[in-house]
Amino acid sequence: MLRLENVSKRYKTGDLALKNVSLEIPNGQVIALIGPSGAGKSTLIRCVNRLVDATEGKIQLGDTEITSLSSGELRKARRRMGMIFQEYALVERLTVMENVLSGRLGYVNFWQSLFRKFPKKDVKEAYRLLDRVGLMHMADKRADELSGGQRQRVGICRALIQDPEMLLVDEPTASLDPKTSRQIMRLINELCAERGLAAIINIHDVLLAQMFSQRIVGLKEGIIVYDGPPDGLTPEVLTEIYGEEDWEATIEDVDEEDDAPLVEVLK
Amino acid sequence: MPLIETSDGPLWKRRTTIKQWLIWAGWLIGVSIAYYAWNLISEKTIWMFVWDAPRQMVDIVGRMVPPSWSYMDNLWRPVWDTLNIATIGTVIAMVLAVPIAFLAANNTTPHKLVRAVALFIIVATRSVNSLIWALLLVVIVGPGVLAGTIAIGIRSIGGCSKLLYEAIEEINHTQVEAIEATGASRIQQMLYGIVPQVLPTFAGVAVFRWDINVRGSTILGIVGAGGIGVQLNASINVLAWTQVSMILLVILGTVFISEYVSAKVRHSII
Repeated sequence: MLRLENVSKRYKTGDLALKNVSLEIPNGQVIALIGPSGAGKSTLIRCVNRLVDATEGKIQLGDTEITSLSSGELRKARRRMGMIFQEYALVERLTVMENVLSGRLGYVNFWQSLFRKFPKKDVKEAYRLLDRVGLMHMADKRADELSGGQRQRVGICRALIQDPEMLLVDEPTASLDPKTSRQIMRLINELCAERGLAAIINIHDVLLAQMFSQRIVGLKEGIIVYDGPPDGLTPEVLTEIYGEEDWEATIEDVDEEDDAPLVEVLK
Repeated sequence: MPLIETSDGPLWKRRTTIKQWLIWAGWLIGVSIAYYAWNLISEKTIWMFVWDAPRQMVDIVGRMVPPSWSYMDNLWRPVWDTLNIATIGTVIAMVLAVPIAFLAANNTTPHKLVRAVALFIIVATRSVNSLIWALLLVVIVGPGVLAGTIAIGIRSIGGCSKLLYEAIEEINHTQVEAIEATGASRIQQMLYGIVPQVLPTFAGVAVFRWDINVRGSTILGIVGAGGIGVQLNASINVLAWTQVSMILLVILGTVFISEYVSAKVRHSII
C-alpha cells in the first residue's frame, strides 16, 4: 500500500506544485491521475520515488517511510518502484538488452555494471520480459533504432525487471499514435494484473484513463478535486478539473447505459 | 518604429533615420582608424626590404629546388618520433582530461569548489603554448622526445576537457533520471546514463586533438623537444635549403595523412 499524507511541494522558483495531497493506493490497484498540464501530476509521482523531494508531508510504501530515507536506503526503496516515462527515456545509444538490464542496477555492484556481468537469472528474466512484450528479436538492436511503441515496451520491461511492487507511469502515451497508445495502456494493465502491481498512471487522455483504470484521481493546481470510479467522471467533474468545455464527446459510451445521472445530462 | 504613415499608405523602412545615420558614423570612424593605423605602420616599415621581398623569395625558393630526396633516409626516424609525440601526448591528455571534464561539468561535479579547481586547470593548461611548455620541460627532463610528449600532453588537457565537459552538460537529463529511478548509484548513473551519451563526442575530441597535435609536434624540435623540428632547425642553421624543402614536404605529407585519417574516423563515428 502506498500512502501519501499531506504532501506539499514548493519548487525553488516559488511555485507550489502540490498542496496538502493525501492519497492511499491499496496493493494491486491501478489508478489514473488526470488533470491539466501543470497540475502537479508529474511532481506527484516524482515525489513518490524522490526524483523530486517533497517539501512537506509523509510518503509511505508498505512499512517504509520514503520521505525520511538516507540515500543508500532510498536506492533500495527505489527498486520497489518501477518508473515508466513520457518519451520513453531509454538510453538511446545502448542496446535494448542493456536498457532492460539497467533496471537491475539497484541490485548489482559497480564492477558487474561496468562489465555488463549481470547474474544469469536477470538475463533470463530480461529475455522472458522482452518475449512477453513481443520484442525478443530486437534484443541486440540499439534503442534509437526502435519505433515509439517499441521503445515504450522496452521502457516497460526496464521497469518490470526491477521486480517492483508498484509502477509509476508518467504520460506513457504522450508521444504515441492512438492505436499504439491503447496497446501500451492495455499492456501496462495486463502486466499489473498478472503481477498484482499497483500503479499510478499520469495521463492526458480522459477516455484512455477511463478504459484502463479502476480508479481516477483528478488533480487541479496541486489539489485533488476528484477521487472515484472511472464512470463517475461527469461533465461537471471534468469542468471542475479542466475548466469549462463541451465534455460530452470525451466521455466513454458505456456510461450512457449504466449511469443514470449522466444519461440525464447527456439529454 | 520604421513604419511611417504617408498619404499613399504605410511606408516600411529597415531602420529609423537616426539608426541609419549612426551606422554611417560608425563606418566613418572605423575607416578613419584603419587609415591612421596604416600610416603608423607605414612609418615604422623599412620599405626597401618590402620591395625587395619578391626577389628574395624567388631566390630562396630557387635554392630549395630540387629538394634533397636522399635526405629522406635521415627523416624516417624523426617523422616516427613526431607521430609518437602527437599520439602518446594525446593519449596522456585524454586520460587526464576525462576525469577533469566530469569534475568541471556542472551536472556531474561533486562540489562547486572542485568545479572551480577543474576549470582553473583547463584554463591554465590551455593558455600556455606547447612550445613554451616544451621549453620548460627541456630544462626539467632534458631534451628529447619525452619533453615533447609531455608538453603536447599538458597543452591538450584544457582543450579536450573543455569540449568534453560541454558535451557532458548538454546530455539529455531524462535518460539519466530513468537510470536513477531504478535505484542505481551515482557512479552507475554515470556509466549507464551519461557515458553512452557522450562517448561519440569523446572519440571525436580525441581524433580532433590528435590531428592538431600532429601539426603542433612538428615544431617542438625547434626548442630541442624531439621530432622532425630538430632536423628543420639544424638544416636552417646551416643554410641547407634543399634539406629544408625536403623536410617541409614531409611535414606537409604527414599533416595531410593525419587530416585524412581523422576525417575518416570522425565520419565513421557520426
